[in-house]
Amino acid sequence: MITLRINGEKYKIDVAPEMPLLWAIRDIIGLTGTKYGCGIGVCGSCKVLIDNAPVQSCMIPVSFAEGKNVITIEGVSENLQLLQQSWSDLNVPQCGFCQPGQLIAATALLDKNNNPTEAEIDEAMLGNICRCGTYQRIKNAINRTVELKNQN
Amino acid sequence: MGTIKNISRRGFVKVVGLASGGLILACNTSIFSDKEKAPENLIDFNPNLFIQLNSDGTLILIASRSEMGNGVRTSLTSVIADEMEADWNKVIVKQATGDTKYGDQNTDGSRSVHYLYETMRQMGAIAKAMLISAAAQTWNVTENECSAEHHFIVHTSGKKIAFGNLVEKAKTLEIPTNFKLKNPKNFKFIGKNLKSVDVKEYNNGSAIFGLDKRIPNMKFVAIQRCPVTFGTVKSFDKTATLKIAGVIDVIEIPRVEKPFGALGGVAVIASNTWAAFKGKDALKVEWNYGDNKGYDSEKYMNQLTSNVHKNGKVGKESGNINRAFKNATKIVESTFQLPHLAHAPMEVPNAVAWVQGDTCEVWAPTQDPQTARKEVVDFLETTEDKVIINVTFLGGGFGRKSKPDYIVEAVAVSKAINAPVQVVWTREDDIKHGYYHTVSAQFMKASLDNNGNVTGWLHRFALPSIVSTFSPGVDYAAGFEISSASGVPFEIDNLKVEVGQAPAHVRIGWLRSVINIPHGFSINVFADELAHAARKDPLEFRLQLIGNDRIEDTQDEIKYNTARLKNVLKIAAKNAEWGKQLPEGHAYGLAVHYSFYSYVASVVEVSVINNKVRVHNVFTAIDCGTVVNRNTVKAQMEGSAIFGMSLAFYGKITAKNGAIEQSNYHDYKMVRMNEAPKVYVEIVESTERPTGVGEPGVPVIAPAIINAIFKATGKRYYNLPLADFGLV
Repeated sequence: MITLRINGEKYKIDVAPEMPLLWAIRDIIGLTGTKYGCGIGVCGSCKVLIDNAPVQSCMIPVSFAEGKNVITIEGVSENLQLLQQSWSDLNVPQCGFCQPGQLIAATALLDKNNNPTEAEIDEAMLGNICRCGTYQRIKNAINRTVELKNQN
Repeated sequence: MGTIKNISRRGFVKVVGLASGGLILACNTSIFSDKEKAPENLIDFNPNLFIQLNSDGTLILIASRSEMGNGVRTSLTSVIADEMEADWNKVIVKQATGDTKYGDQNTDGSRSVHYLYETMRQMGAIAKAMLISAAAQTWNVTENECSAEHHFIVHTSGKKIAFGNLVEKAKTLEIPTNFKLKNPKNFKFIGKNLKSVDVKEYNNGSAIFGLDKRIPNMKFVAIQRCPVTFGTVKSFDKTATLKIAGVIDVIEIPRVEKPFGALGGVAVIASNTWAAFKGKDALKVEWNYGDNKGYDSEKYMNQLTSNVHKNGKVGKESGNINRAFKNATKIVESTFQLPHLAHAPMEVPNAVAWVQGDTCEVWAPTQDPQTARKEVVDFLETTEDKVIINVTFLGGGFGRKSKPDYIVEAVAVSKAINAPVQVVWTREDDIKHGYYHTVSAQFMKASLDNNGNVTGWLHRFALPSIVSTFSPGVDYAAGFEISSASGVPFEIDNLKVEVGQAPAHVRIGWLRSVINIPHGFSINVFADELAHAARKDPLEFRLQLIGNDRIEDTQDEIKYNTARLKNVLKIAAKNAEWGKQLPEGHAYGLAVHYSFYSYVASVVEVSVINNKVRVHNVFTAIDCGTVVNRNTVKAQMEGSAIFGMSLAFYGKITAKNGAIEQSNYHDYKMVRMNEAPKVYVEIVESTERPTGVGEPGVPVIAPAIINAIFKATGKRYYNLPLADFGLV
């Protein structure tokens, strides 16, 4: 049995320790907001936060997350909520499939950087593909979130 | 227009499964397609759109088209709501299942709004007229004294009654034949910026894509398919697979020899996706590779190229091209080579299916649920009433998800094991077993006179046709694949279009913009080359080449207007400040193209520094007639720029020994945020009929980039992707 702490909830699951965290979250626990896109850690659709760091959940075994704090798109974090609002205000998503991963990557960025430069945003978001091509709006939404935070 | 019937009085409520108690309207599909038929013949024509107004004021609008980022669930429904004077906050959008009663549901060809705009306006206007009648009767006043306003009917005296409170009365009324559409000046939603009705669900992870569908006792399935298209299973060894924890069973599924049939292969049934994937990798399968095992992209491109360097079948001829070439002051000729492309939507093909006896229910991300239903009906040898196709959100489509082969696979496995299943393609499956955008070679030759005017234009191309997927053996382009070349909007006296032979060795399918990708590329790059040969500014030269304002004589209902084409080009150039001094190493390039009845031009700014290309800015102008949702049009132009850049920079699918060589996003790359340019979009104000938006923004991007690189470096590239030249 492996015990996971996801979005503040405890889950005990009976899976092979080497099962990628992605599939434990999606198929065993049933939180489907975290997406499968490539399975080899190059598209970012499966990103979750583990102890505040962005991780491609398709690439790490579920055992790695044991005892750590996992946040998925369904979870709560101050920056995630603010970013979700900006994403909505600027109507970022097209098909929407990659956006959970994009939002998690952006959350990780703002968690450690209050005022990212354009180059820092590019670097933080480099691992996330959007086939619909919403990059400009993603960047604008991150900048807007930073501006709103700094105003308050 | 067609007959409108109040179906709440015909017991139709039960049939469509909507909650009772509301006012439900259905509208015939005949409005565009069957104008000449007498109304009595249309009684049983299938309704294509529904409005359900509940007594609490909730307005349920059915979206008959698939949502894949095209914004269609918002645009279609907002048109009804606008005509109804509804409160947008009271609207709930429901997704239609695949059923001919909704009319054509194929979300493809950039035509959802184009086809349905007028119908939806009429639907909303009829509902409004009925609510006004109901209020007038309630108050015992004339209808002229009543109007609709923000989910209320208002009387001139100032009294008002909520839409919901009129439901009971409205249900008893006949459908009016006399109703008025709004004056477009009074539109509240149409032409404005509306947010997607689904934006919140996208952002919090609760939107259910096909991949997210779960039903009790569902098994997860991965399928090993033959590396060579249409190869079959000779034998397989499942020993290692069955040892994997979570693997339940391994079965063979046969190929279904139809355009959208399952490819066939060996299916691994498991209790979770990971076990299914691992089990698939552990399979040892021997294949009969079949006829396509010799497919080799390098050799094939040589073959295509040699086919366009000799005479082909004539697709169009006007004037005398030979005489023009003979009398030329200057001859320019070029050869273009473009590879196969894969759709690679972020959500891989997948489907949930549950076959029980002769009935079946499917949940899938599909662009074309009616075709899916037909394929399932054929496969199960059952009838349409026994098959339900539920349409989930699509994590991108781009044409891939209008081909329901993956749905047939899920149905085949569910039937075989008598349990609900979800078939999930790995990304590798998606890249290696797709319906590929065609590969092409094109030869262009033109003559110039003393003044730099183009006197002759020859366009010869060879590419495996989409028709080959439907009629195996077809090895020449079809008429619809010739028209984007023969319809070139240039005033040239002598023009010839020829087609070369090109047999298909993989499944050829349509991908966002389809034939407009190769033709938009070669025409725009070659026109730029001619401008250089004529020593003229590319913008000025192009406007001259398009020539006088005229309506092109085409078979289409919607006519090609060269004034609109020139207009978008001028707007893009103006917004870019064409001709201005750019930083060292930077340059502008332009392209303009007409497709899906819309006009799009882009000017792109690139830099080439240390032999590396960057795209900094894209200035796009689109004329798509009447705009329904400004936000969506803008978003589609932004996305098209990235889609066009990805194919220009990286897009290349190749085969060796019949097998596709690429496998995932590391070797079939996409543009990422650090490469993304700023995209500036201007939408032409127009009252013309709405036309395509999802695709027309793509074809201009790659040639505009090539033309900008030429301007910056003096070097012209004729082949894609640019990664092959070390430029990205």
